[in-house]
Amino acid sequence: MELQSLIYLFVGASFALYIGIAIWSKAGSTAEFYVAGGGVHPVANGMATAADWMSAASFISLAGIVSLLGRDSGAYLMGWTGGYVLLAMLLAPYLRKFGKFTVPDFVGDRYYSDVARTVAVVCVIFVSFTYVAGQMRGVGIVFSRFLQVDINTGVVIGMGIVFVYAVLGGMKGITYTQVAQYCVLIVAYTIPAIFLSLQVTGDFLPQLGFGGTIEFAFDNGVREIPAGTYVLHALDQSFKDLGFSIVYTEGRAGVWNTFLLTVALMCGTAGLPHVIVRFFTVPSVKDARISAGWALLFIALLYTVCPAVGAFARLNLIKNTQNIEYATWTQECTADQAVALAAAQDNPAVDAARVDCAGQWFKTWEASGLLAWMDKNGDGKIQIANGAAFKGKPSFDGENRGASGERLLKNEAVPAPAGQAIENEVYFDRDIIVLANPEIASLPNWVIALIAAGGLAAALSTAAGLLLVISSSISHDLLGRVMFKDAETDKSKLSDSQELMAARVAAAVAIGVAGYLGINPPAFVAQVVAFAFGLAAASFFPVIINGVFDKRMNKEGAIAGMAVGLTFTFVYIVLNVFVDKSGTYTMFDIKATGIGTIGMVLHFVVAYFVSRATAAPPQDIQDMVENIRIPRGAAPSTHAH
Amino acid sequence: MEEQKAQAYWQENIRTILQLLVVWFIASYGCGVLFVDLLDTIAFGGFKLGFWFAQQGSIYVFLVLIFVYAKRMNAIDEKYDVHE
Repeated sequence: MELQSLIYLFVGASFALYIGIAIWSKAGSTAEFYVAGGGVHPVANGMATAADWMSAASFISLAGIVSLLGRDSGAYLMGWTGGYVLLAMLLAPYLRKFGKFTVPDFVGDRYYSDVARTVAVVCVIFVSFTYVAGQMRGVGIVFSRFLQVDINTGVVIGMGIVFVYAVLGGMKGITYTQVAQYCVLIVAYTIPAIFLSLQVTGDFLPQLGFGGTIEFAFDNGVREIPAGTYVLHALDQSFKDLGFSIVYTEGRAGVWNTFLLTVALMCGTAGLPHVIVRFFTVPSVKDARISAGWALLFIALLYTVCPAVGAFARLNLIKNTQNIEYATWTQECTADQAVALAAAQDNPAVDAARVDCAGQWFKTWEASGLLAWMDKNGDGKIQIANGAAFKGKPSFDGENRGASGERLLKNEAVPAPAGQAIENEVYFDRDIIVLANPEIASLPNWVIALIAAGGLAAALSTAAGLLLVISSSISHDLLGRVMFKDAETDKSKLSDSQELMAARVAAAVAIGVAGYLGINPPAFVAQVVAFAFGLAAASFFPVIINGVFDKRMNKEGAIAGMAVGLTFTFVYIVLNVFVDKSGTYTMFDIKATGIGTIGMVLHFVVAYFVSRATAAPPQDIQDMVENIRIPRGAAPSTHAH
Repeated sequence: MEEQKAQAYWQENIRTILQLLVVWFIASYGCGVLFVDLLDTIAFGGFKLGFWFAQQGSIYVFLVLIFVYAKRMNAIDEKYDVHE
């Protein structure tokens, strides 16, 4: 079947599935809307958590990040998985025992303070919107690349789908849709990876192929790499030959910044509200513990495959494009060439990726601006090496074409560093590693269609989880517990059905705002991710840990800790990223991405000393802490309030 | 008596968590960050050992840790009769 029809089929079928699930699991009460009635099986919750957690960025960009950063990317791989150990042992079981609906619920009740509750609500909203803007942009990117629609139309379609199942189904709808989305995204991620692994190394499991040997010999432009070389050795040798000063398996970020970044990502992960809230949905404390394990298992399926994909892709990029003649390689196949290409794909002795007309993908992705080639030496062949090909991102000269048929660029060329034999002529965006990988490796069309469906599943599942957290913080915490609180009974004046309606309206408004951010992305989306993790690490993570493990922690300590941690982290990132755009403002050489760690340490220290200098929390609060430490008696969180 | 039992349960809980977090720290921050260059001098199949821990090994250790934790806590819950 045609590639385009296959993509419509895969994406259409997956969307029909999500909508069907949403209608089947419509929420009828606030408990169902916020926490799916607290009756989700731990394995299902693990899958939903994994889908919730793995965003468009994990699916589309992570392998690209790994591929570009080499060993340094370990900070991301460890940070985004190691956080689940903290979550399982330090947060999830106790929050499940506490048995309410949201993170601000815990902060407000444990610290008997509406100020603390409101600060928590503001943080939840800020962190979640930061994140959701990126998801909506991810939806737009996938749509525009694969369905040939405008990015904005893509965002609107995405909003429509999320609207149906998040607004109707609430947490219940989202949970079961996420289970389906996890299945779609993991299949979409691992199948191309298995193909790649078989193709490059002959090993079925990418995790093994990563440490395996290459099946083919190839010319990296400087020397012939023989078949039977280890994948990573082939990469390291090629990096050395092509002028890179740091090879693939070496680090350059330094121990100090890698350490801080890993801590910030781990504690940020454990402190992200849309992840924490998933553990409110299981029936018991015991289930909350094991569910974190299932979640990590499902996440690890992608996260252990990802570095292998990154390495294979980097190797393929060198093998398939080095010194290839652009004009014949990227042209549309003539009848004879099509026959020759098909024959090459069936013949293991020929490298099908390099025969005439096998490189049409290069042209397709040039059109999207994620890939560009500047024929600096005018030989009509592509060269790939260390260094930038030209200054900045590609700025194309309209539709004007060069001598070989490539899109001409207006950018200023950057000469190769002195003494480097080969001059780099290729610009590639990191997202291309996953999105174009099947094409680079000339895998079958249905694999490419699968990637489109998987990318959308990853973006939509995360967006829905975040939107739910935003809407519940507004309807439950802000309206129900602060603004419409009956001072005498300490209960919400809203009836359950009124609050449910408020939650739905809040979800709808949040989707509108998220869509707006997706269509008009703030210029600083990438830097803002540092905010989300930094702020979660400096606020929610310590405030919850203190709430459970330090019985003496009081309102004053918690508020002071949150204020100091948040302000410090916020100001530092603003100074580092926005005021001084070159990113050279640093204290002790700390990068903005790792500063959340210092903010967290400050939070703990300030909270400790302030709490010890002020009165102990009331007895009923101390009793509550005793109570959440013991698993027995966890009520299903279905009670209306 | 009830309170003493709750205290003892909590102590054992903390001890279990700390033991497991030590392993967590060694696998990730130890092998993957602090001593990664040292471990990289050791070849592990096609990998350097430090690189493998940073990109693969630590994740496997994390997984095992959570399942061990869940199992041990269930046993401790039963022992102190606080299970659900």
